[in-house]
Amino acid sequence: MKSEMAKAKTGFPFTSIEQINNSQLRANLKSATSAIREKRAKVVGEKQDWEELRRTGERIKDEVLSSLDEYLLQLEESVTKVGGIVHWAADSSEANRIILSLIQEHGESEVIKVKSLTTDELDLNEYLANHGVSAFETDLAELIVQLAHDKPSHILVPAIHKSRSEIKELFENTISKGRVLGDGPAELAEASRLYLRQKFLSSKVAVSGVNFAVAETGTVCIVESEGNGRMCLTLPKVLISVMGIEKVLPKLDDLAVFLELLPRSSTGERMNPYTSTWTGVHPGDGPEEFHLVILDNRRSHVLADPVGRQALRCIRCSACLNVCPVYERSGGHAYGSVYPGPIGAILSPQLFATEASLSLPWASTLCGACYEVCPVRIDIPRVLVHLREKVISEGYKSKSEEASFRLIALVLNAGRRFDLIQQVATRLRRPLNRLFLAGSLPGVLGKWRAARQIPEIPKETFRMWWRANGSDNGN
Amino acid sequence: MTRTVSLFVSCFNDMMFPKTARAAVKVLNKLNVKVRFPDEQTCCGQIHFNTGYAPMAVSLVKHFVESFRGSDEVVALSASCTAMVREHYLELASRTHDNELISRTEELVPKVFEFSEYLTGVLGVTDVGAYYPHKVSYHPTCHSLRSLHIYHSAVELLGAVKGLELVDLPYAEQCCGFGGTFSVKNSAMSTAMLADKTASIVNARAETVVAVDNSCLMHISGALRKNGTGVSVMHLAEVLAQGMDGGEI
Repeated sequence: MKSEMAKAKTGFPFTSIEQINNSQLRANLKSATSAIREKRAKVVGEKQDWEELRRTGERIKDEVLSSLDEYLLQLEESVTKVGGIVHWAADSSEANRIILSLIQEHGESEVIKVKSLTTDELDLNEYLANHGVSAFETDLAELIVQLAHDKPSHILVPAIHKSRSEIKELFENTISKGRVLGDGPAELAEASRLYLRQKFLSSKVAVSGVNFAVAETGTVCIVESEGNGRMCLTLPKVLISVMGIEKVLPKLDDLAVFLELLPRSSTGERMNPYTSTWTGVHPGDGPEEFHLVILDNRRSHVLADPVGRQALRCIRCSACLNVCPVYERSGGHAYGSVYPGPIGAILSPQLFATEASLSLPWASTLCGACYEVCPVRIDIPRVLVHLREKVISEGYKSKSEEASFRLIALVLNAGRRFDLIQQVATRLRRPLNRLFLAGSLPGVLGKWRAARQIPEIPKETFRMWWRANGSDNGN
Repeated sequence: MTRTVSLFVSCFNDMMFPKTARAAVKVLNKLNVKVRFPDEQTCCGQIHFNTGYAPMAVSLVKHFVESFRGSDEVVALSASCTAMVREHYLELASRTHDNELISRTEELVPKVFEFSEYLTGVLGVTDVGAYYPHKVSYHPTCHSLRSLHIYHSAVELLGAVKGLELVDLPYAEQCCGFGGTFSVKNSAMSTAMLADKTASIVNARAETVVAVDNSCLMHISGALRKNGTGVSVMHLAEVLAQGMDGGEI
């Protein structure tokens, strides 16, 4: 079965085709990613110590990952001391159960949400809906995606695949209840504001993710642009925040590094508009009850891989998506995961290991643009190649491909053998070149020729020429 | 004192693009550098390593290190092969736990240079005396740009070629979509990237696209020719050999 995977019509090569041919999507993505790319380059360029900041970010995250157990226990102790309640969830179903029961304990059937990838990873909204609880997204783009019964296609800009006219139509048919809207950003934002204000004022429970949690103080931090997150974090009576185990930072001072790295890398801003930090509960100020759900969901499995674990340094900035030539042409949905783009290509196979996700390590030319911009220096190309090797060694491979590579290696393991094969090819160049130009070509060569000519085999190889002409170089 | 370099032509150039290697010999000789061609050389192992067959690549690493042992300097005619050696060889050699191989690899790796990097960085030359009166766009291949960081080397060398007009290539830093086996495993995506790259090239109105990796150039040229654009491709070494004594390379 495993060896058949390469032939199955699943995985990135197939899921990307429809997106590649979607002209609206291509245009939206090209203009959106180029705009963010330029903004990022500008604000990163003005930081003289950017490389040092990146290395510091990398070092702090690596320190956390090397003693994760200790930092998590310290975080639990700190959060508890300031009046928060910590819950441990081994996997998504345990996390979902914990969150549902907290909501049910308060007799609520509605919650508001801060944009959170971790809750998307849990499929929390769907789980809650199946148990009679409606979750309302309050981030504008997440709201758009939710109203359209769609899925996010970008880490930071979940509705990047939607145009203004599509959003206008969507709002008219949903939250604006038939009222005709213009497609100007201000008017669309106003429509969502009218709808969301009511939710903020009436909801008793909010659910959020976590950008950073400080072990030393128990402080939790969320960064955002709209202020809608701030509403959710301050107005409801109960706040439930979910974090992956890798989100912990040792000290409050460490935030200074990441609050530089994150906004510049993600939105291309020097500082994001809203940075909310809170430390436990305070009577008469903000939520009366704070729950922190700490989630593993196979992250400890990723941690066990010495090469793959650097993916856990990720701070979800999405700079790698914005520079990726593959993402720019496929969009996020083709990755079939809440984590798309280059970071998704190394996170999804490790976290979820679904059969479709095992094709993702090959969904890259290894061009390295992602590594160049990553604020915590995740060597994504290196991890991609590592995962390719790992997936193959676990038996998910094409037997014929493996045999071909074995044969090629055999030929290449001796200069004389390679020379011999080359001489044969050179002698047969006329019929071969005719075949390459116009003959019927199966398999790999046929795929290649569908879009590109195959170069002609020349009449002599370099080593043949060298034997005849190279001796005057003092050999 | 005359220098002697060992030329690593790469399996791909040896077989398909021997004229690049002949041009490199010519340029190096002109700069008073003697060239050796260790004929045991084959492949750096990059295709195996990048596709996920690292254990097979280990034997090719061993073969490479043996083939070039004792070289003063190695000049490679491919940025991606150079990056393979520089970034991954020590790690792959270490997998064998063969201390002799590991120390030989450690000794060899810092002596391996990409061609343009060798000319500007080691020899300190930018003007090799070439003449090529054409409009040229330079495509910085991914490994030359982001692994070896040698964008400036090629551009300086091209800038010194008499008669050559360097024209800007929009989105130059974007990958052409080759990526070795990526081009067939994700052929639709590869084709989409290639279409955008060739559109940029045609818009730049260059006569020739130059790069330091023939694999990327083969990919780009495949589409330029298929679509009848009339734009040619050339490895940097071939441009630098133009206009030199000795006629046709």
